[in-house]
Amino acid sequence: MSLFDVAQLSTDQIVGYLDRAESYRDKRTTELVDTVVATLFFEASTRTRLSFESAASRLGAEVMSFTPESSSTSKGESLKDTAMTVAALGAELLVVRHSRAGASELVAGWTGVPVVNGGDGRRAHPTQNLLDLLTIRRHFGRIDNLEIAIVGDIENSRVARGLIEVLPRLGNHVTLVAPGPFVPASNPWNVTLSRSLDDVIAHVDVLYLLRVQKERGGGQGFPGDAGYHQRFGMTLHRQEKMRPGTMIMHAGPINRGVEIAPEVADGDRSLILEQVRNGVPIRMAVLATAMTFGMSQ
Amino acid sequence: MIVVQGASVVTAAGMETADVAIEDGIVTAVGSLPGPERGTLVDGTGLVLGPGFVDLHVHLREPGETWKEDVDSGARAAAAGGFTAIVAMPNTEPAIDSAKVANLVFDSSRGAVVDVLVAGAMTKGRLGLEMADFDSLYEVGVRVFSDDGDSVADAGLLRRIMIYLSDLPGVVVAQHAEDKSIAAGGHLHDGLVGRKLGVKGLPASAEESVIARDLALVAETGVHYHVQHVSTRGTVDLVRAAKERGLRVSAEVTPHHLTLTDDATASLDPNTKMYPPLRSDEDVEVVRQALRDGVIDIVATDHAPHTEAEKDVPFEDAPRGVIGLETAFPLVLAALDGDVKTLFSRMSTTPAQLVGLKGQGRHVEIGAPANFVLVDPTETWRVSSFESKSSNSPFIGAELRGRVKATISGGNIVYRSPN
Repeated sequence: MSLFDVAQLSTDQIVGYLDRAESYRDKRTTELVDTVVATLFFEASTRTRLSFESAASRLGAEVMSFTPESSSTSKGESLKDTAMTVAALGAELLVVRHSRAGASELVAGWTGVPVVNGGDGRRAHPTQNLLDLLTIRRHFGRIDNLEIAIVGDIENSRVARGLIEVLPRLGNHVTLVAPGPFVPASNPWNVTLSRSLDDVIAHVDVLYLLRVQKERGGGQGFPGDAGYHQRFGMTLHRQEKMRPGTMIMHAGPINRGVEIAPEVADGDRSLILEQVRNGVPIRMAVLATAMTFGMSQ
Repeated sequence: MIVVQGASVVTAAGMETADVAIEDGIVTAVGSLPGPERGTLVDGTGLVLGPGFVDLHVHLREPGETWKEDVDSGARAAAAGGFTAIVAMPNTEPAIDSAKVANLVFDSSRGAVVDVLVAGAMTKGRLGLEMADFDSLYEVGVRVFSDDGDSVADAGLLRRIMIYLSDLPGVVVAQHAEDKSIAAGGHLHDGLVGRKLGVKGLPASAEESVIARDLALVAETGVHYHVQHVSTRGTVDLVRAAKERGLRVSAEVTPHHLTLTDDATASLDPNTKMYPPLRSDEDVEVVRQALRDGVIDIVATDHAPHTEAEKDVPFEDAPRGVIGLETAFPLVLAALDGDVKTLFSRMSTTPAQLVGLKGQGRHVEIGAPANFVLVDPTETWRVSSFESKSSNSPFIGAELRGRVKATISGGNIVYRSPN
């Protein structure tokens, strides 16, 4: 079964992924021995790519790795031709990251091979959403009845889009905190919107910070990093206003000194590295599930 | 000789049931007529015979991109849609910015099944930097000027163009209104659908701000200004206000902007990608009403062929534009709630008058050039294949009501529907 967007998953399926991830923690299995998993990352990535490849290898799979710089994409090969080529080389499961919305669905349609979306444009990044939920569950013991603020460049964030869909559905209250360029007043989400981090900081369980995505034009909507840090940056001063138990999350990579002060990122209220650690077991669960259903189709 | 028997005929006085005889390219008799001794008898029972449709906005891709379309295939697509005259936009390769390039298209159009006219570029190479060769283009009959696909962004240049062209009788300055500095990076309507998908949008203001600026220049220069493919409520308000002021302004809307909203883009089907983009429910309702009221004068298809391979890419990478000639009639009929009389005004008589086409858009009367369309306003049919070389239509597979049964161009039957 392909995984394109967290929106396609029922609550039971989400919990199933989290449980399965826990069962894989710090383990190796042979479930995907003799299976070829290809990672097609048309966009730069550190943690997502490495954790997918680590997850595949811990499941015993053979990993084929593709990067555009060292491939025929740099010679102008189309997404379709690249996907068909990788499938013809024997890939039985594809992980696709691409700058364009809907790329993973197209690849699945063209190749007939199950695809896990490793991030498509600004639209979806389901494995990040699942590892965030795993992190929340491990820390808070639940994935419902939490106050969660998502702060920053929501407009350009595929991570935020998934969280905004899934968190309220699971029974959490979400507040978006961002300046106008990052969330227009007219937005498609029926969630609370605030223009001030200081107004919400004392009332939440989780502050989920987003990177200002300059590569997607995210830097054009405000005067500069310093001003952003002043209004929306997570500083030590602001951290002191948080109630006990409030935790800080971030999908990475972080821009120290912009959305988060270094002392906060490295401090005891930060779950940032815990999120990274949860990436491998979640991706093991996703890959193993994709292959199980993929073969039965 | 062709005799169309028993059709409801569109005349200056209204609709009446009559037989129509056509000989040597003109109407020779209207009334109760016997079948022809020689020639063709067309049974028009239950059908409507009216002036052939005139499309002031098509892309024929010739010269330069003839794998998508060419003059011949574009004219056949036009005939299949009931059009007897089409105006080819100049965003070709090279651009139609001189008589030399226009003549390439005219040469190809000699064997075409319908009349093919040419719009000239407003600027050399459509680069927006200096005036196109207006005099040579005017000399070979070009009356519509546009940099379609791009706005003329430089207001000073556009002002000088308007001043120059306002001296030449019959000229229309047609603007594709899209401020690049606002629209940059956009792929669909800047609305809730796009924001949910995370695909950047073109705000309505990208269109409206260009038109608002241009109207100030129109007021100053008195040129005939034509707004291409109106898509927003704000544009309708601007056009209405300009007309109330007495400015020489006309406007067109496409069949797809009359019938589809940005909801259609939620699937990220590249065949729903065009500029201006499909807009909100409210915009669609307002442009429909404006077409009924005549604030928007005409329908133009913005027929924009692209091949399947070119569209088989992620939405954001797909080329803009959809074909429209062959599905226009039923879509406009639906948008006008079945009002056939208004449809012939918006699709034939008015566009012909706007650009001074004497032989087109004429009611069915003795002596009129035989450029007609025979339609069935009630037949439903499924859209499956096209005369166009391309099939990038958002309506593939759709069941539409209202069908072109035959097209008569220059006195010849150039299209008959299957079955």
